[in-house]
Amino acid sequence: MKFLRFGYVTGPLIGVLWVFVAAITVAVVMSFATGDAFRPSFLWSVLFGAPIGLALLGRPAVRPAMAAGVVLFVATLLLGIGPVLTDGVPLAGKLGAGVLMGIAVGWPMASFVGALPMGALNRHLFEDSVIKFLTGFGYIFFTAIVAIPFFVMVMTSLKSQQQLVANPLDFSLDLDKGWDLFRSYQELFADFNFGTYLLNSALISVLTVAITLAFSVPGAYAVARLRFKGQAVFSRSILLIYMVPVIVLALPIYIAFSVTGLRNTIIGILLIYPVTTIPVALYMLQGYFRGLPHEVEEAGLMDGLNRLQVIWKITLPLALPAMASVSLYVFMIAWNEFLLAFMLLDDPSKFTLTRGIASLNSSEIPRQHLMAGAVIATVPIMALFLGLERFMTKGLTAGSVKG
Amino acid sequence: MTTSTPPKGTTPLARREARLAWGMLAPTLISVALVVVLPLLAIFWISFKPIGLADLRPATAVVRESLRGSGDSLRIQYRVRNSSRDVTVEDVSFTDTLPDMVTLLPQDLPAECSLTERLLTCTFGTIEGGFNERLRLPVTVTGDEELAEEAVEGSAPAVTATADNILTNFEFTTENFARIFDGDEFFSVLWVTIFYTVFGTVGALAVGLFAALLLNKNFRGQGILRGLYLFPYVAPIIAVAFSWLILFDPFSGSANALLVQMGVVDQPINFFGERPLALIMVTVFEIWRYFPLSFLFILARMQSIDTDMYEAADMDGASPFQKFWYLSLPMLLGILSVLFLLRFIWTFNKFDDIFLLTGGNAGTRTLTVNVYEQAFAVSNIGAGAAVAVVIFLCLLTFSIFFFKFVSREEGL
Repeated sequence: MKFLRFGYVTGPLIGVLWVFVAAITVAVVMSFATGDAFRPSFLWSVLFGAPIGLALLGRPAVRPAMAAGVVLFVATLLLGIGPVLTDGVPLAGKLGAGVLMGIAVGWPMASFVGALPMGALNRHLFEDSVIKFLTGFGYIFFTAIVAIPFFVMVMTSLKSQQQLVANPLDFSLDLDKGWDLFRSYQELFADFNFGTYLLNSALISVLTVAITLAFSVPGAYAVARLRFKGQAVFSRSILLIYMVPVIVLALPIYIAFSVTGLRNTIIGILLIYPVTTIPVALYMLQGYFRGLPHEVEEAGLMDGLNRLQVIWKITLPLALPAMASVSLYVFMIAWNEFLLAFMLLDDPSKFTLTRGIASLNSSEIPRQHLMAGAVIATVPIMALFLGLERFMTKGLTAGSVKG
Repeated sequence: MTTSTPPKGTTPLARREARLAWGMLAPTLISVALVVVLPLLAIFWISFKPIGLADLRPATAVVRESLRGSGDSLRIQYRVRNSSRDVTVEDVSFTDTLPDMVTLLPQDLPAECSLTERLLTCTFGTIEGGFNERLRLPVTVTGDEELAEEAVEGSAPAVTATADNILTNFEFTTENFARIFDGDEFFSVLWVTIFYTVFGTVGALAVGLFAALLLNKNFRGQGILRGLYLFPYVAPIIAVAFSWLILFDPFSGSANALLVQMGVVDQPINFFGERPLALIMVTVFEIWRYFPLSFLFILARMQSIDTDMYEAADMDGASPFQKFWYLSLPMLLGILSVLFLLRFIWTFNKFDDIFLLTGGNAGTRTLTVNVYEQAFAVSNIGAGAAVAVVIFLCLLTFSIFFFKFVSREEGL
């Protein structure tokens, strides 16, 4: 690796790699935005990246690099050469791609290699610039892999089947249509009973949360605080239940429900969902309860409260953040649950959202409906989650991270 | 002088505490026993049963009543049928009350039937599978025939029958296991499961570690990015699975359009329909969907590492990679191994993802998908249960590992 540690090697190398990354990113972004043909080219990336890497060695100023980049790429793209090939793209597209390339190359490259001298590098400088490159790549990579599927989901739901087949890349929206853009959504609510599904899902999820808490709070307290034979075994084996695959349980449950007539009832679903969430809720809560100070509870006991009063008046108010995160997590599990709903519900009036979306997956129903259904199921849980992200992060990691 | 010694054995107070504890755990224990333990036992029972999807509706006798003909040839017809083709139904009989308008002559009764007042009783005893017979009873009607027909067909005959229920009898077979272990299919399923589980787990951990390293610094927008990176895990599986299917559709998917336009491939690729690409794609999907979970746990652990260590390392002139390799990684080893075991088990158990993406086709059938495939696609519930038993035994092995390592790591 020693031969890499020279400014005149590291700079061009990072330059080539980054220009190529930037070219792919810009091509994908511009293709999705306009539907036109933007192509990244590795050969041109080498030809552009190496000199850029060399030129920016020892020049950490971001703004001049960006300005130079924009000028360079706009000029070359208008000539029809450069890391992003734009055959048959309208002028505006070329300009946009050039400006984006300039920013996406100039700014990061200046910070990647700006601190490097031309000659031999010490380990710190070299690794720092490699890490900066990897970080930049990481941000683009993760944002792309996370955002693209959701972007496609939302945009597909706003288009029509013909538009989708004509150019699968064109996600630009025809804003003249106004409210007509949301036709799929209107049809789902008007003709496909999605209002009922939404209500069913909400009802089932909220009740699941309530039942789970009612069962797991006392259980978690007992495991965390009370002394009894088998406490250690219990606190260990509670997670074991979480490891039994649902499909293994689903088969006997399907048989039992078929025989007893509980299939196709919301009651039947409510008998099963909480049990799948109780173990993990209990595990998360007991971790939190253990962290609460004993002394407050003991003071309560000394003052004449009994255990149940202590739990109600002291422990629960202290554990509210944990309860919030457990509720959120359980709500998420119940809202997203698919397999059991799919197997146990056949009657459209009892469908949950996930089951309803599964019923849209047929060749007769256009795909924008399917995606609109997916958006309807995703948006509430995302909104809830983004609003309470802090709780979620804490709650998920609370039980298992020490230190 | 007496010295006070701590009490021996369990004191009444301790007993009361233990009683309270068990009382508080009782709801959880009972519900878990009913919904988890009982089904698990049932799975073992069913796996030794020759039972198909059709056997869930137990065999019984079905009797249909109708008034046929007109004038002199007027007759009541009872069609008696065994609902199953091959199961014998015992003690079959039915009773029916004849309406007032209809008169039945006792000498016309078939041998199986007897008439007391207006109550007709017919006894068949044991009927074989596929039994299907018509009883014709000539009758005379006073009044309108249409009305009589309505009256006759309006009163359903009361049927009694007992059949051997395959679920509860003591007929056992090992054929289910013979069937699932038969031939190459089992080993290909096993191989697919191992590939999916190992690469899905390791991939999700590696990608999660990379993401955690990215976000383990304070900058504006860190919270937003963290929230964004959790999306794949939080969104409903059905929504993201269908989004992937549409994104990678061979005919009108954006991914293919992009690849063709960029000149990477000439022909659109059928990502979820070709071997071995489909298996790789479902594994990639698994990594994509579950990297947020490992990322979250690793990030939480990273943020709890003492910064003093890094300062000391800085003083000693350690380079960034050295700090990562010699300081961060050893500190993260605990959470990484816990996550590995947990994710390994959960990936092994995963069903929905593959079921929605490929339905187990194109060489992506894992053990869990095989349960569904056997039980519902082939309609052989017994064989499905047998696969479930195999899964359960694998999990038992994993959980022994889990207890040996994880409980030590977590200090439980």
